[in-house]
Amino acid sequence: MEKRATFSKTSIGVMFILPQVLLVFTFFYWPTGAAMYWAFTLERPWGGGNEWVGFDNFRQVFADRAYWGSIFRSLVFAAATATLSMGFGLLLAVACDRGLKGYQAFRTVFVWPYAVVAPAAALAFRFIFAPEAGIFAALVKQNPAFWNPAQNGYHAMAMIIICYSWKYAAYCFIFFLAALQAIPRSVIEASALDGAGMLRRVFDIQLPLITPTFFFMLVISITDSFQDSFGIVDVMTDGGPAKATELLVYKIYFDGFRGLDYSGAAAQSIVLMLIMMVLTFFQFRYIERRVHYS
Amino acid sequence: MKSKFLMTVAAMMVATTVQAADRVKFEMWHGLTGDLGGVVDQVCKRFNESQSDYEIICTSQGSYDNALQNAIAAYRAKKNPTIVQIFDAGTLDLLLSEAYVPARKLMADNGYKINWDDYIPAISNYYANSKGELNSFPFNSSTAMMYWNKDAFAKIGKTETPKTWEETFDSLKALKAAGYECPMAWNYDTWPIMEQFSAINNIPIATKGNGYQGLDAEFIVNKGKFVDVIKSLKKGYDDGLVKIKTPDTGATIVQAFANGDCQVMLSSIADHGTVGKTQKPDMKWDVAMLPTLAGVERHNSLVGGASLWALQGKTDAEYKGAAAFFNFIAQPDSALFWSTNTGYIPVTKSGFDFMKSQGFYDKAPYKGRELAIASLNASPVNENTRGIRLGGFVQIRKEMRDALTDIFANKVSVEDGINSAVERSNAVLRKFEKTYAGKMLP
Repeated sequence: MEKRATFSKTSIGVMFILPQVLLVFTFFYWPTGAAMYWAFTLERPWGGGNEWVGFDNFRQVFADRAYWGSIFRSLVFAAATATLSMGFGLLLAVACDRGLKGYQAFRTVFVWPYAVVAPAAALAFRFIFAPEAGIFAALVKQNPAFWNPAQNGYHAMAMIIICYSWKYAAYCFIFFLAALQAIPRSVIEASALDGAGMLRRVFDIQLPLITPTFFFMLVISITDSFQDSFGIVDVMTDGGPAKATELLVYKIYFDGFRGLDYSGAAAQSIVLMLIMMVLTFFQFRYIERRVHYS
Repeated sequence: MKSKFLMTVAAMMVATTVQAADRVKFEMWHGLTGDLGGVVDQVCKRFNESQSDYEIICTSQGSYDNALQNAIAAYRAKKNPTIVQIFDAGTLDLLLSEAYVPARKLMADNGYKINWDDYIPAISNYYANSKGELNSFPFNSSTAMMYWNKDAFAKIGKTETPKTWEETFDSLKALKAAGYECPMAWNYDTWPIMEQFSAINNIPIATKGNGYQGLDAEFIVNKGKFVDVIKSLKKGYDDGLVKIKTPDTGATIVQAFANGDCQVMLSSIADHGTVGKTQKPDMKWDVAMLPTLAGVERHNSLVGGASLWALQGKTDAEYKGAAAFFNFIAQPDSALFWSTNTGYIPVTKSGFDFMKSQGFYDKAPYKGRELAIASLNASPVNENTRGIRLGGFVQIRKEMRDALTDIFANKVSVEDGINSAVERSNAVLRKFEKTYAGKMLP
C-alpha cells in the first residue's frame, strides 16, 4: 500500500520545501554563481573593480602544465584512496560481521579514525613518516634513499594516500557493516547448511547483496577524495615537494586564498566541479548497471 | 579559535557592563599565535590601561594568511576591524586598493605630530608610497641573520663568522672535517637566500626598481648572481655541508640549530628568542650579519614581518582610537616592551637609542640583536634594497621554492630550475598587472 501526504494548497507545499531551497541556494547556487562570475573576470581581492575577460582564466588554467599534473595526481589519489579505504573497510566489516571474538570492541575502535579531524590525523602521520624523527628514522639510517617524503614526490604521495585511506576506511567500514548486517541471516544460514564455506558465502551472497552500498561508497569516496583531501595535504606536505602532492583542491586554495588570485581559483573550482560531475555521471551510467537493488 | 572567539565575546560583554559607556571600542585583527600572540594581547592591555577614552579589542586570526583572508572577507561584507596586521607579501594588494586609510593621513587628521624621519629607512621604505610616506605602521619587524654555533666554530679555530659567502663554505668544510654531521641547515626558504641576499649584495630581483616603479616589472633573478649562489649551495649540499631541515624531515632549521645538530642557519632575528628558550643547555651561539659575496660592499638588508593598517569604513571616533594606539606603540617604552618579549626589533631610531641607553643589548639573552639594526642600516636605501613590490609574491615564492626542491632532488639543473620558476613567476606578474589594469602605485 502506498501512502502519500497531499496538500490541498500548493502554497503549503512550497512552504515546506522553502527552508531546504534556501539552504541549497545560500550554500550552493550563490557561491557557485559568484565563482562563475569571477571565473570570467579579473577580480581584485580587496574589491574595487573587475574586468570581463571571457575565457581567459580558463585558457590560462588549461595552458598550465602544472594544472594538468594536478588533475592527474587528483585522479591517482582518488583511485588509490577509494581502493584502499573501501578494501580495508570491507575486509574489516566482513570480519566484524562474522562475530569473531571481541568484535564488539573492534566495531567501536574501527570507527574512531573517522572521528579524528583531518589535520590532527595528518600531524600524527607526519610524525610517523618523518625520515629523521619518526619510526622510519631507524630504516632511513641504514639507507637514506629508502624513505624521504621531503624530497621524493612518490613517497610524499604515498604518505598522504595512506593517511587519507586510514581515516576513510573507518567511514567505509560503518556503511559496509550496516549493509552486511541488513542481509537476512536466514539466507546466510541456508547457504551454510548447504555446505558453502566462509569465502563462498562472502563472494556469492554477501558481496552481491551489498552492491548498492558498494556503489554508493564508490561515488562518495571519489567525490570526497577530491574535496576532503585538503586538510591532509595542507598539514603534511603543503603540496610539495615541488608540487608532487598538489591536488586540485589544494591548488585552488593556494592560488585563491594564499596567492589572492581569486579569478584563477574560481576558474579552477568551476573546472573541478565539471570534472566531478563527469566522473559521477560515468559512474551512474556504467557502473550502476551492475548494481542490483532488491 | 572558538575559545578565543568566546573569550573575546566574554571580554566584550564584561567590558560593556563594567566600563562606562563612553569608552570607544575598536578592533584589531592580527596573525600571531602562541607566545607572540600573547605578547600582542599584553600590548593591547597596556594600551587600554594607559588611558580611559578607548578600548582596543585584539583578536588573533591564527596566522598571517588567515588574518589577510579574514580581513578581506570582512571588508567585502563591510564588517572589517579598524586595524589589521598584514604581512610583507600582502602589502601590494592592499596598497593598490581603496580599502585603507594611509597612516600619515590618519595621524594628521587626528592631531598627532609624528616624526616620520625617526623610522629606520630600510623599514619605512617597505611600507611607504613613492614619496616615501608611510601607508601603514611597521609593527613586528625583523630581518635575516646568520645564526652560528660558537662552540663548533671554536673547534675550527674561529671566533667570528666569515664575512663573505665564499669563506662561509670554507668554514662549513672545516666544520665537516671536524666531525659535524650538519654544518649548515637549510629549508628551501627563499626569504634569506633570494630576497635578503640580493639586497645586501645590491642586486635587483626584478626590473623597475624591484617593482616600485610600476606593475610591469619583470622578475630577473635568473640573470644575476642568485644562480651562482644556488649553485654553491647545491654543491655544498652534494658535499654534505648543507642539510635540508623541514617539518617533513622531522625538524625545522630552528630546532636543528637550537638542539646543536646543525651549526649554522640563515633565519629571521625573530627566532632569536625561540633559540634562546629552546637551546641545548650551555650551548654557546650568536647571530651575525648575512655574509656578502666576495668583493661586494655590504648594503642594507630588507625588513620582514608585518605592519598595521587602518581600514576604511569606520567612524571618526574609532579612527581617533586607532591613531592613539599607533601613537602608543611608537613610544620608546612600548618598543622596549615589545622587543624584550619577542625577538622583533624596534622600528624607530629613538626606540633603538632608548633600548641601547637602557642597556638592553649589553647582556644575554638580548645581546646580538643590535646586529639586526646594523644590518638594516648598513647603507643608505637604494632601489635594490628598499623592498619588493611584486604582485602575487606568495605564488612567486612558492614557484621558486618548488624549483629549488627539484634542483636539490637532482631532477633539474640549477639554471633550468631557476629559469622555469622565473618564467612561471612572470606569468603571475603579468596576470597581476592585468588585474590591476589602469591602477598606479600610490
